[in-house]
Amino acid sequence: MIWIVSVLLFWAAAIGVNIKIANSVWAKTRAGKLFVPTLFGVTILVVWEGLVRGIEVPAVILPPPSAIAVRLSESLPILWTDFVQTFVKGALTGYILGCGAAFLIAIAIDRSPFLQRGLLPVGNFVAALPIIGTAPILVMWFGFDWHSKAAVVVAMVFFPMLVNTVQGLKETDAMQRDLMQSYAASYWQSLFKLRLPVAMPFVFNGLKIATTLALIGAIVAEFFGSPTRGMGFRISAEVGRLGLDMVWAEITIAAISGSLFYGFVAFVEKKVTFWHPSQRRR
Amino acid sequence: MRSIFPILTVVTAIIVVWYFGTYQMNKTWTQDQARRANVELTLNEIVADTMAQDRPKLPAPHQVTQEIWKTTGAMVLEGKGLSKRSLIYHGWITLSSTLVGFAIGTIGGILLAVGIVYNKAMDMSVMPWAIASQTIPILAIAPMIVVVMNSIGVQGLLPKAIIAAYLSFFPVVVGMVKGLRAPNNMQLDLMKTYNASGAETFWKLRLPNSMPYFFTSLKIGIAAALIGAIVAELSSSPLRGFGGRMLTGSYYGQTIQIWSALFSAAVMAACLVGFIGFLQRVTLRRMGMAQ
Repeated sequence: MIWIVSVLLFWAAAIGVNIKIANSVWAKTRAGKLFVPTLFGVTILVVWEGLVRGIEVPAVILPPPSAIAVRLSESLPILWTDFVQTFVKGALTGYILGCGAAFLIAIAIDRSPFLQRGLLPVGNFVAALPIIGTAPILVMWFGFDWHSKAAVVVAMVFFPMLVNTVQGLKETDAMQRDLMQSYAASYWQSLFKLRLPVAMPFVFNGLKIATTLALIGAIVAEFFGSPTRGMGFRISAEVGRLGLDMVWAEITIAAISGSLFYGFVAFVEKKVTFWHPSQRRR
Repeated sequence: MRSIFPILTVVTAIIVVWYFGTYQMNKTWTQDQARRANVELTLNEIVADTMAQDRPKLPAPHQVTQEIWKTTGAMVLEGKGLSKRSLIYHGWITLSSTLVGFAIGTIGGILLAVGIVYNKAMDMSVMPWAIASQTIPILAIAPMIVVVMNSIGVQGLLPKAIIAAYLSFFPVVVGMVKGLRAPNNMQLDLMKTYNASGAETFWKLRLPNSMPYFFTSLKIGIAAALIGAIVAELSSSPLRGFGGRMLTGSYYGQTIQIWSALFSAAVMAACLVGFIGFLQRVTLRRMGMAQ
C-alpha cells in the first residue's frame, strides 16, 4: 500500500513540476527542454517500479526496472555477443549493402525517365508490403547465421531508400538545371554539384527510416532460425523460459543501440545538409 | 495513365528475372537427382523440372498463383471456403487483428495528438519519447507481449491487436500533431475575431485542416498494423494467420506455402492502403479540398 501511495504522490508532484516548467520562461531554454522529457521518463520508471512492487505483480509478467538493471549488469558478456551478432554483423552489414545498392541504382534510374515512371510506383508498392515476411525464405537460402539476417535487412531497406533517393534527385527546378546548362556543365558535373546536394535531405530521410527497419529486420529474422546467439534468438528463447528480466535487458540494449544509430545518422545529416531550411531554423 | 506502359515493363522485367532465378536456384537439385538416377537431362527437361518442383528453393510465379488459387477460389467452389486449410480463413484472422489494432491505434493516436497540441507540458514531455520509441525495434517485443498476455489468460485476437495498435499509433500521432497545427496564425486570429470558443476553433478550423495529414498517416498506419499483426502471429500459440502460415511453411520447408502467404499479405496490404486512399479522395472532395 505504502508503495502505491508514495508512487502516486511522486507522479502528481512530477506532473506538477512539468506543467510549471512548461508554462514558465524555462520552457524556451535548452535546460528546460531537456529536463521536462527526462523527468517524464524517470516518472514512468518510478511508477512502473512502485506499481509492480505495490500490487505484487509476479516477475514472470512484468519485472520491475531495478531487476532488469541488475540482470543487465550481470549478463553484459552475453548481451555483447548478441549485440555483435545481430547489430554489427546482421543489421549494419545489411544496412550498408542495402542503402548503398539502392543509392547507386537510384542514380542509374535517374538517367531514364521511362524507368522512373515505371519503377517509382512499383517501388512505393513494394515499400508498403510486409517485406518482413521474406525472412523465412531468406533464412532458407542463406543459412542460419548472420548472412541471412543481413539479406533480410537489405530487402527491407532497399525500397524506402530507392524511392527517397529517386525523389530527391528530381527535386531541382528547371531554372537551376538551366543555369547548370548555361554553365555548360556535363551530366556528371550537374549531378555532383547540383542534384546530389539537393537530394541529400531526401537521402537522409531514407537513411533514417532504414535505421529502424534494419534493426527490426535483423531481430525478427532470428525468430525464423539462428545460431545460439543474437538478440532475436535470446528474446524468443528467454520468453519461452519466462525469463522476462533477460528479455527486457535485451530490449533495453536494442533500444539504446537503435537510438544511438538513429542519432548518429541524424548527426551526419546535420553536418551534410546544414544549408537546408529545416536545419537552419533551429 | 501514361505511366501504365512503364509500370507494365518493370513488372514484366521482374517476372522474367524471377523465372530466370527459379531456373538458376532450382537446377542444382534437379541435376543432383539426375546424377543419382544416372540420367542425362536435356536443357528442356531441366527447365521443365525446375518450374514444377514440390519444394523448390524459389517457386515459379505460376506455382505461387496456382497455390493461392487452390487455397482460396478453388476451396470456395468446393464449398469449404472457410475451412482451416484455406487462405481466406487465415487471411481473415490476420485482417481482424489488423483492423481492431488499427482502430485502437488510430483513436489513441488522435487523442494523444489533441493532448499534445493543447497542452504544452504534454508536448514537451511526451513528444520526445514518442519519437524515441520509434527507434526501438518494437516488433522485438511482440513475442513477449503475446506470451505474457497468454500467461494472464488473454488469448486470441487481443495480444495481436495490441501490437498492431502500437505500430499504427505513432504515424497517426505525428501526422495529427502536424495537421492540427497546420492552420496559420491569420486563420486562428480570424477565429478569435469571430469570438469562437476553443471547441469551435477545434471542430471548425483545426480538425478540417488536419484531414490531408490524417489520411496520409492512416495509410502508413494500416500498412504498419498489418506487419505488426503478422509478426505477432509468429509467436501466438495456435499458428494461424499469414504469419502462422509463414512459420509453419518455414518449419516444413514448404516454400510455395510461404510465398503464397506472403503474396496474399501483400495483396491485402495493397487493398487496405487503396481503400484508405479511396476514403481520402471521397472525403477531401466532399470537403472541397480535392487535389
